[in-house]
Amino acid sequence: MECVIVKNITKVYGKEKKTAVDNVSFSVNKGELFGLIGPDGAGKTSIFRILTTVLLPDGGEASIDGLDVVKNFKEIRSTIGYMPGKFSLYQDLTIEENLNFFATLFGTTIQENYDLIKDIYIQIEPFKDRRAGKLSGGMKQKLALCCALIHKPNVLFLDEPTTGVDPVSRKEFWEMLKRLKKQNITIIVSTPYMDEANLCDRIALIQDGKILQMDTPQNIIKSYPDPLFAVKANNMHKLLPFLTEYPERKGSYAFGEYAHFSFNGNPDVAALEKYLKAKGLDNIEIKNADVTIEDSFIKLLS
Amino acid sequence: MRILRFLLIKEFKQIFRNRAILAIILVMPVIQLIILPLAANYEVKNINLAVIDNDHSDYSRDLITKVTSSGYFRLTGYSQSYRKALHLVEEDKADIILEIPKNFEKELLTENQQQLFITINAVNGTKAGLGGGYISSIIQEYNNQIRVKNIVPDKFNPMPVIEITSSNWYNPNLNYQLYMVPGVLAMLVTLVGGFLSALNIVKEKEGGTIEQINVSPIKKYHFILGKLIPFWILGNVVFGLGLIVSWIFYGIVPLGSILLLYGFVVLYLLAILGFGLLVSTFCETQQQAMLIMFFFIMIFVLMGGLFTSIDSMPEWAKTVSKFNPVSYFIDVMRMVIIKGSTFQDIKRHLLIIICFAIVLNFTAVLNYRKTS
Repeated sequence: MECVIVKNITKVYGKEKKTAVDNVSFSVNKGELFGLIGPDGAGKTSIFRILTTVLLPDGGEASIDGLDVVKNFKEIRSTIGYMPGKFSLYQDLTIEENLNFFATLFGTTIQENYDLIKDIYIQIEPFKDRRAGKLSGGMKQKLALCCALIHKPNVLFLDEPTTGVDPVSRKEFWEMLKRLKKQNITIIVSTPYMDEANLCDRIALIQDGKILQMDTPQNIIKSYPDPLFAVKANNMHKLLPFLTEYPERKGSYAFGEYAHFSFNGNPDVAALEKYLKAKGLDNIEIKNADVTIEDSFIKLLS
Repeated sequence: MRILRFLLIKEFKQIFRNRAILAIILVMPVIQLIILPLAANYEVKNINLAVIDNDHSDYSRDLITKVTSSGYFRLTGYSQSYRKALHLVEEDKADIILEIPKNFEKELLTENQQQLFITINAVNGTKAGLGGGYISSIIQEYNNQIRVKNIVPDKFNPMPVIEITSSNWYNPNLNYQLYMVPGVLAMLVTLVGGFLSALNIVKEKEGGTIEQINVSPIKKYHFILGKLIPFWILGNVVFGLGLIVSWIFYGIVPLGSILLLYGFVVLYLLAILGFGLLVSTFCETQQQAMLIMFFFIMIFVLMGGLFTSIDSMPEWAKTVSKFNPVSYFIDVMRMVIIKGSTFQDIKRHLLIIICFAIVLNFTAVLNYRKTS
């Protein structure tokens, strides 16, 4: 069952007519964990703000649970949870006061929906009398998630929830999302981190306000057309320009400690190694690489 | 109602947790009320006087003593020549030069006429004007004394003389503080009401918390009321505090009804809160709100008749001050506290302030809707 439906949404900003969201359409099923993956400025936040009814689209329409985001914004507001990218709770109120405040705004109480946030809240409960401004990044994020969940929303919007959070907390956070999914809450999350894309049920790769590809992470990886190789040499700095100059090159770019490389036509590893040797590089290592979402994304951009 | 009550509790918690704001609300009015009226004094005292006495007679000494004992002047130079005295003025050691000509006493007695020469440094216009006035009136008085002493009174006055006697009403001792304190209090209430409410709303924008509020089903008017009511209450508290301070430190007790004063303040705060709300809808950061508020408060206060009388302003300025809510408040404060005016007297002011409150709040809410 489709829960969130977005049809041809467009948003144009300012006098320069900068298109932030360009004719975007997608739909998210009930209980699905959907990811919007893209670099900064791709239009992720604009899409979120339109869906959470705080921004009017310039074209197209969107609905949540059959409610239109423009006409029925009032009804929508009590059925969704939104966690903005920037920490935006009251820094001068304590954990408990913040939670209590947002519960009251939505006409509910902490007790009423306690089981929904219990797993998360229990981790920050020992500090419930501490002011939100004095919490660590990971704890702030847990509190923000609690506040977004306190009214038992049907759809949860998380705008770059893990940006600026340490790797351990990031992992914990995605564990929490998985548990929430089991409660049949539809989750739409945006992130600039490609490694988090694999954790979503379905993702949309987005750039310059346009959706480039939308599928399950597995299918996106599968659809990568060429065999991909990882190349390493003693001088990585020189390796990259040499790879770019290679006549049979289709694509090459730095990827961690390796450079990823794909051939135009049949992959001839031996010829490439010979070429690099001739250029004066040593300790050359060429091996098959596993395709990741990031490779797919780079492919789509080129 | 439950939501509004909760918003108010949250707002007060935040205000009382912010020590700086609390200090501004409670300590600032007290300190400013104690300091400002004492410093803002129009009376010019300690005018530096240089004297060139070319006569060295009883009369000239008498005149000099009279001038210096008036309390307004301080003898800082006793020069031999005009050039030397002018030098003192150039060095800023003297403000006024009084030159007594040679044979001052002799010619005054024989020819019934004599001339004195006064030079005034007019860089500071107020000081020059007042200083010149003071010294002229002292010389005038001195002149009358000599006439009484030397002229044998005729049966009839040779010339008809109009004698002027004046009595000062409402402020018989010409006490400056009585005039300044109500005005300063008006300014402080304006600051707390207008400034803080604007900053508070913009703070929610800056911190991004307004985003969270916007996606919640809370009603707009709940949010606005939740913001305005706390500062409305605080404004009234500051006003009461100010009245107590002016009673303790200056012994000023409103001649008119305190209830009437409060009635006016209650409405006035609505107007000024509306103004704060309007400013907040235009600003994204507290810095912007601060600077815009500062700009307006400066104009409101300087053109509101706190320091300089509106009556003596040019026509265009008088027109501008008609659109200045602070000027009505200062006026009402002085009327009720010093003159003991009643409801009938300030009816017009009340009506105008109600108009201000309606127009400002209406525009603010309209603009608030548009921007969100």
